[in-house]
Amino acid sequence: MNDGSPAARVEGLGSAHTGTSHFFRQRVTAVALVPLAIWFAVSAFRLIGADRDAALAFLHAPVNAILMALFVVAAVVHMALGLQMVIEDYAHGEGGKLVLLVLNKFFAWLVGAACVFALLKIAV
Amino acid sequence: MPEKAVHAQVKSRPLSPHMQIYRWPVTMATSIVHRATGMALSAGTLLVAWWLIAAALGDAQYDLFSTVARSPLGQLVLFGFVWSLAYHLLNGIRHLAWDVGYGFAVPTATRTGVLVFTLSIFVAIAVFVYAYAAKGMHL
Repeated sequence: MNDGSPAARVEGLGSAHTGTSHFFRQRVTAVALVPLAIWFAVSAFRLIGADRDAALAFLHAPVNAILMALFVVAAVVHMALGLQMVIEDYAHGEGGKLVLLVLNKFFAWLVGAACVFALLKIAV
Repeated sequence: MPEKAVHAQVKSRPLSPHMQIYRWPVTMATSIVHRATGMALSAGTLLVAWWLIAAALGDAQYDLFSTVARSPLGQLVLFGFVWSLAYHLLNGIRHLAWDVGYGFAVPTATRTGVLVFTLSIFVAIAVFVYAYAAKGMHL
């Protein structure tokens, strides 16, 4: 914890020492999403033009339900990390930036929870 | 130094390049498009959520989703979603290769960038051509 000038340390500025964690989680979710996104794209493509019964039959199968849940969770985590970088790059006011960063997390949780709820309702 | 002279000096300092006058290298375009498609896919998660929730709720909700998805505007949005996913996925693999140290030479990065643009457009068009032809989809 010896980064930055003494003044910066007193004012709580400078590195939060979590940059590596952000970078690493972005890569781990990216690696997971390569096969998961391909699986999702192929699955969604095969359901083009199908009715609700076909979609339910597909999502009811345990393997598909689990893979879809993994895809959604990995995607919203990856999304939250990516949008966080966009906000940090382009939002300059500290107050507005803080609000956007919190809303970003809320959005990811909301989308993730809604998708997982729907999957549980179908699969269970 | 008098204030006016300071202002003059500040004004004459070189500025960082402006987007409008910059000749965009391929790698610069692939970088900003990666970010743009990432943001588009973030909005696209709402479509995935809508699809799953509609399936969970009932036939009427699923029919509404299908109707909107098949409308001309829905098809346009879905084409954007499919291309964004193809681009972000392919370029993401390119990024992961860089992360482990491959493909950094400028001519290589330019070639893989052109490859990613070409492949993503081909995949997106192929998906729609196949969906319309083989699955008998129509607007």
